[in-house]
Parts: sequence; structure tokens; C-alpha cells
Amino acid sequence: MTGFSLDLVADVRQLLSYHFMLNALRAGTIVAVLCGAIGYLMVLRRQSFAGHTLAVIGFPGAAGATWLGLSTGLGYYGFCVAGALVIAALPGPGRLTGGLGGDGESSAVIGTVQAFALACGFLFVTLYQGFLSGLTGLLFGSITGVSDDQVLALLAAGAGCLLVLALLGRPLLFASVDAEVARARGVPVRLVGAAFLVLLGLAAAGASQITGSLLVFALLVTPAAAAGQLTARPGRGLLLSVAIAVSVTWLGEGIAFYSPYPIGFWVTTLAFAAFCLALGYRQARDRWGSSRAGSRRPAPAVSPAGSER
Amino acid sequence: MSGQPAAEPAGPEEVLALDGVAVTAGGRLIFSDVSLRVRAGEFVAVLGPNGVGKSTLLKAMLGLQPTSAGTIRVLGAAPGRNNSSIGYLPQRRAFDPAMRIRGTDVVRLGWDGDRWGVALPGRRSRQARDRVREAIALVGAEDYADRPIGQLSGGEQQRLLIAQALIRRPRLLVLDEPLDSLDVSNQSAVSALVQQVCRSAGVAVLLVAHDVNPILPYLDQVIYLAHGGAVMGPPEQVITSDTLSMLYGTAVDVLRDRTGRLVVVGQPDSHAEHRR
Repeated sequence: MTGFSLDLVADVRQLLSYHFMLNALRAGTIVAVLCGAIGYLMVLRRQSFAGHTLAVIGFPGAAGATWLGLSTGLGYYGFCVAGALVIAALPGPGRLTGGLGGDGESSAVIGTVQAFALACGFLFVTLYQGFLSGLTGLLFGSITGVSDDQVLALLAAGAGCLLVLALLGRPLLFASVDAEVARARGVPVRLVGAAFLVLLGLAAAGASQITGSLLVFALLVTPAAAAGQLTARPGRGLLLSVAIAVSVTWLGEGIAFYSPYPIGFWVTTLAFAAFCLALGYRQARDRWGSSRAGSRRPAPAVSPAGSER
Repeated sequence: MSGQPAAEPAGPEEVLALDGVAVTAGGRLIFSDVSLRVRAGEFVAVLGPNGVGKSTLLKAMLGLQPTSAGTIRVLGAAPGRNNSSIGYLPQRRAFDPAMRIRGTDVVRLGWDGDRWGVALPGRRSRQARDRVREAIALVGAEDYADRPIGQLSGGEQQRLLIAQALIRRPRLLVLDEPLDSLDVSNQSAVSALVQQVCRSAGVAVLLVAHDVNPILPYLDQVIYLAHGGAVMGPPEQVITSDTLSMLYGTAVDVLRDRTGRLVVVGQPDSHAEHRR
């Protein structure tokens, strides 16, 4: 490894000549696409807290699996999916007032479970007494750890999740935006919500293997939040969220390869920068756009719609 | 009654028929012995004190709330069977200001939001877009339909939600307190809009209201729901000082203004606080 030069083509070629980097990029791309898409709906459904919890629940799973001599991937998937099912079984927002309120009651329960999960994970790491870098790897991710088998498992899980997400499609959006009307129209709101939580668990488990449990949000929430600033169209927003997630992952992995600092830091920082840029863009557009459109707005506000035509 | 077909005039068909309906929820009797008939193209208000089960009655008609007695027929079938021919607007507060989805998309969900999968481009999708545009034009929301719905005013959101309820050309429109949280000018504008839809498209409208005054000029029938039962009839018969005072158990006056319009005064819940 010769270090970073100004010849970008040569740099990328060098980076790709390492098998572990190739695997990191493959895994990163799969995870970014999955998190970008599922994260967009998670933000729309305001389930960021549940998503965060699922990511944290993966940590004791992976630590426990390491302790027992199993693969960390198994621990992540097992615990995240089990966690998703538990959250889905919790009594949700009791009174559905048009799906416009948060689930305040269950958030305390989720928070309690989250603290316990972190504690268990720490216990498992202590019991394992292995090399110390394992802990930071599990919490903050590492670039070197992705095996061929892991990539294959990620690909299978990712493709399956995206397929199910596409099948859920419109009813999922309907239930997220307007649960009560969706229910009246025959959408099985509860079932769709549970299915989405399982998808969220799978995405969190996959992303944990790249970014670590604590930085999953860099891919799950930040690109989606940035996309939400840029557009209010659901289809376009989802694609934009995926594009941002993939870009920050590629760039972050590339920079991590040439720098002494960990991948989790770079991906998170780049995602944060993307969010700030999107926020700035929207503020600028709102200010500039509203002063321009100000002249045509007041008219329709009062007119009794339709009654005059 | 059975031997006199003439007693049931061959007018518009019956869209809603309830006979002796009772609902019990959580071991508590919400209401009982509610019977009513709504015909195509009628504008009907459901009135009554807070907590008497007006929203529950609507949910029972949609099959979302089980009943403990009586029969309900909606568009000639059991409740829940014909919900795709019913436009439903539940009682609600406003959308979260952070909700980043356009009004157009919310209206579109009313068209094909219950179909599995994602919408693929093509003829079907173009038809859907045209129908969305029609529904938005019908409620006069063209100017703001493409803005994020969370940033719109209550009246603007309400119009877009009515467009969502209307998009499949329903035969029955069920609106739960659509005038709540609107200012006075928007209350009368939305009432006029609902009445216009009711008249021009022959849609039967069932509207739950807190305050009868904004809709009073448009009503064909009034259902007063009170503990124990319901009274149904044309507004001039039901909205009298005697009937209302009896139903509410407190003195309610019905007056006529200079134009001959009925005004209800002293109705306990007309500007009462919300119970949630």
C-alpha cells in the first residue's frame, strides 16, 4: 500500500486490488441501498426511536455470538429480528387519531429494553475476554472484517428485504401517513407495521456489520432526513435517500482506506455533511422561493372553494 | 307496512339502514336502540352531546366497531363490505408540521393506496394522476396541493382530505367532525363544498358536527344521538327547543334570525373543550 496520491484513478485501482476492500465496498453498497430505502419510510413513520433500539439490540446479539464462538452476523440478525417482533407485539398507539400521534407509552418501554440490551452486550464482551478491539468493532464498525460469506448473507437478506418492501409499497405508505383511513379501506395496518419492523430489524442488523451498532443511524436516518429536506415526493425522496446513503458509504470507505481513522467516523461525518447541505439548501430555497411566490398566495386562502363555480 | 309499497316512495335508493343498533365497548353501553335511514343524495348531520358515541356510530357503519345488537345495512350489504364505495374522513387533529409528503400524494393514496406493490408508470398511472387532479380541482385546492401537507393550514388540509375521500366517486361520504378546528369562514366554506358535492354528484353525506349552525342551511335530515337512543327527522322537526332541551337535559333555545334561518343557542357542546 503506497498511500494516497493525487492520481485518483490509480488510488481507486489500488483500493480495489485488496480483497477486503472489495468486500467492504460490496457489503457497504448493499447495506446503503437497504438502509436508504427502509430509513426513508422509518423517518416518515416517525419510528426512528424503534430503529435505534433495534440497532442497539444487535450489539448483545453479536457480542453473545462471539462469546459462544458463533458468527457475529448470526447474532445481529437473530437479536434484531427478535427485537422487531417484540416491539411489534407491544401495545402501539392505543387510540388511533388518524395516525397523527406518536406512540408515547411504548417509547418508555423501548428505552428500558435498550439500556438492558447495552448492559448485556457489555457483559458478553467481558465474559469473552478476547482482544479488546472487538468491542469498538462491534460498537463503531470496522472496514476489515467483512468475509465472502457475510457478503453473500447480506446480499440475500438485502434482496429479500427490498422485494418485501416493494410488495408492501402503497399500503405501507398509506398506513404510515393515514392509518385510520387505510384501515377503513381494508389495509391490515397492524400486520403491515409488524412486517415493516422486521424489515427495519434486518436493515439494522446488516448495517451494524459495517458501521457498528451505534453508528447504524448514519445510514438509516441521516440520508433519509437529508432527502426529506430536498423533496416531499415519496418516490423521489426514497431514491434520493438511497443515492445519498450509497455516496457517503463509498466515499467514507475510500477515505477510511487511506486514513488512520475508522470507517464509522467517516461515513457518519459525510452523512452529517450531506444533511447540513440539504438543510441549508431547503432554507435558502424556502426564503428565496417564498419571497417570490408571496404575491400569488393570499388569494385562495379565503375563497369558498368550489361554491362559485 | 309490508302491504303498502306506496308508503316507501320509489325515490332515491336507501344507502344506509340501521335498526335497533347498540354498541357496548369495554363493558359499557355506548348507545342502544338506534334506528335510521339515509337515502342517496341526502345531507344528514349527526349531532349530540360529547361522549355519546357519534364517532363510534360511524365506525360501526364502516365495520370497524362491532355492534352488540341490531342490524346495519350499508349500500345493501353488511358493514365493511362496501368500504371502497365510502369516502371516510376520521376525526383528527392536523398533520404534523414535519410531515414531508405533498397533498397530492395524500389524495393519491385514496385512489390506490390499498393496492399491494408500488405504482408502475403506464396508462393506469396516468389515469390515476388525472383523477387526482380532478379531485383536487373539485375541492379548489390546486394552489397548494403540491406543497408538503404539514405546512398547510387546517382548512387547506381538510379540503385535501375531502378530495382524498371523494377520489373514488363514493356513494356515501362519512365525515367525522370535519369543521372542528377550522375558523368560521373555513367552516362555512367547507360546509358549502360538502353540500355542493352532495347535490352535484348525488352522494349521500353523513356528517358529525359539534356545532349545528354552519351546516344548518344545507341539511335534509338530522340525527340527534343521546344516551339511550336517537331521534331522526328533518331539521324543522328535530331542531326545536323542546326536543333539544329533552335530549341534552338542559335548556336549549332555537331561534330564527332575520332571514328566517334557525340558530341554536345554549347547546352545551357547541364551543366546549375537546375531550381528548
